[in-house]
Amino acid sequence: MTYLKVKNLSVNFGGLKALDDVSFSVAKNEVFSIVGPNGAGKSTIFNVISSFYKPSQGQIFFEAQDITATRPDEKAKLGITRTFQNIELFEHSSVLQNLLIGRTIHNRHPVYRQFVFDKTVRNSEIAHREAAEKVIDFLELAHYRDDLIANLPYGVRKKVELARALCAEPSLLLLDEPASGLNPEETEEVGHWIEDIRHDLGITVVMIEHDMSLVTEVSDRVLALSEGKVIAQGTAEEVQNNADVVSAYLGSA
Amino acid sequence: MRVIFKTSYLQDIRLAKHGGHVFWYTLLLVLALVAPLLVDTYWINEVSRFLIFALAGLGLMIVTGYTGQVSLGHAAFLAVGAYAHTYFISHEMPFVISLLLAAFISGCVGLVVAVPASRMTGLYLAIASLAFAIIIEDMTIHWESVTGGNRGMPVPPPSLFGYEIYSAVEFYYIVLASVFLSTILVLNLLRAPFGRAMLAIRDSEISASSLGISVARTKITAFFISACITGLAGGLMAHYVQYLSPEIFGILLSIQLLLMIVVGGLGTVHGAFFGAFLVGLLESLISISKDYLPGAIGNQPGLEPGLFGLILVLFIIFEPEGVYGRWLKLRNFFENFPFYRRNTFKRQKTYLRTDRLK
Repeated sequence: MTYLKVKNLSVNFGGLKALDDVSFSVAKNEVFSIVGPNGAGKSTIFNVISSFYKPSQGQIFFEAQDITATRPDEKAKLGITRTFQNIELFEHSSVLQNLLIGRTIHNRHPVYRQFVFDKTVRNSEIAHREAAEKVIDFLELAHYRDDLIANLPYGVRKKVELARALCAEPSLLLLDEPASGLNPEETEEVGHWIEDIRHDLGITVVMIEHDMSLVTEVSDRVLALSEGKVIAQGTAEEVQNNADVVSAYLGSA
Repeated sequence: MRVIFKTSYLQDIRLAKHGGHVFWYTLLLVLALVAPLLVDTYWINEVSRFLIFALAGLGLMIVTGYTGQVSLGHAAFLAVGAYAHTYFISHEMPFVISLLLAAFISGCVGLVVAVPASRMTGLYLAIASLAFAIIIEDMTIHWESVTGGNRGMPVPPPSLFGYEIYSAVEFYYIVLASVFLSTILVLNLLRAPFGRAMLAIRDSEISASSLGISVARTKITAFFISACITGLAGGLMAHYVQYLSPEIFGILLSIQLLLMIVVGGLGTVHGAFFGAFLVGLLESLISISKDYLPGAIGNQPGLEPGLFGLILVLFIIFEPEGVYGRWLKLRNFFENFPFYRRNTFKRQKTYLRTDRLK
């Protein structure tokens, strides 16, 4: 069953073809990884899916609905959230505040009600905190709950960004290099979380990652990109042994 | 050092986080209420003035301090509020309704700026808001049938339920009530989802929108709220100055408001109040020192704006978190004495950000 479907996607920046006729589909509750050398166009795919870039050609379907032109904030409401390669947290707020901002799509109170802060707003604030607390437990962030992001080390920030995305209770999670800059133990931890996210929370995960040990460990299927083109697709093992992939990384003899 | 043991989520949500807050803010409120018994009329007038400026600063704080959109034209909203309010009460509208309507109109004028401005950021927005302020200033000069043009217009005294208010003390209570209510409303907003959305946009528009925050709509709403509050301050200010003329609401006033919130501490409600207090103090100091300075310096027309600009620059370089930030550091020092570490507030390096997406 197709859940997310990317069809003939092309993105041009002037003369540069960042993506060239890329198609793939992701099934529900799958972990799908995108690999490829630097500049292959991996993050570009995410940026098109979340509408920060406009594709010059092609379409994206989510649950059979065409979402190619949907606004970024509308995508979050559909259940698609993402993390960023270069951590985009709200630096001057605490961890808890960041997670509560992650709950944005679950707020339905008009601004004037929020001014008065009546009982319904108060109760939903409590509910948001309960939800955020679950994610804090899940990712073991309790120790940092009230710390400002600006004072946290890199590894914890990565974790907070994942937590913030989970607070939105998405059905599709886009992870842009969740293990970059982490040490081997932390990377292994990320692998366990991704498994839990898929099995316990039932979230479909699309992940961009360079660390092949992580990719092999968690992915059902892998897509390899090079210079904007799909060069291989299949299980981690198949892709790793593909001749085109090997030559894309190491150069051909 | 105070450690708070949290046992319920409400503790996080409440405005007063612990007993100390309750005690000090109640004391402050009581002091404000009995102030007319403690000091004479001259000082009560000064306090009213301080509160009006703090209210205007609070308005600017919403858009600049919390949403991160620099506005160099907030004096225009003071002007709109002041002129609209004066026009309405001169035409026999009840005081309270007129004041609220003036604030609302100011908010609507804010919308006119905000809709195009929501597509701009940084320097471009600052310049656009400056241009807007100049347009409003020109309008106050040329729309004579409403504003009285360069001649200006007198402001009738406020009248509450048929009772005309002439005394400074009664006016002080009106100002105090307005400031108190506005501050509570703003504090409520800041602990609600919309307040967090503003912070999110200030720190990272891209991740705000990927989390479902409509960036344009939030900016426009913030601008509206900000203009309403500043317009309310404008209406009160009309009664304080008692005679409106266009030169009151010039560019200097806009810069003064910006100076207030930067000096006070961007992104804090305290900052608006601290800033209003310090800038008021600064103004008095300048006017006092003019008597002692040699004429060549003291009579320079650019003395005030020059000093304002200089102080703004110095604060941005040496204490970007303003006086309130400095106060927090000082408090931290004493709470943790002798274990305070010099680097507690040192900004760690910010990790690379995704600027390419803009």
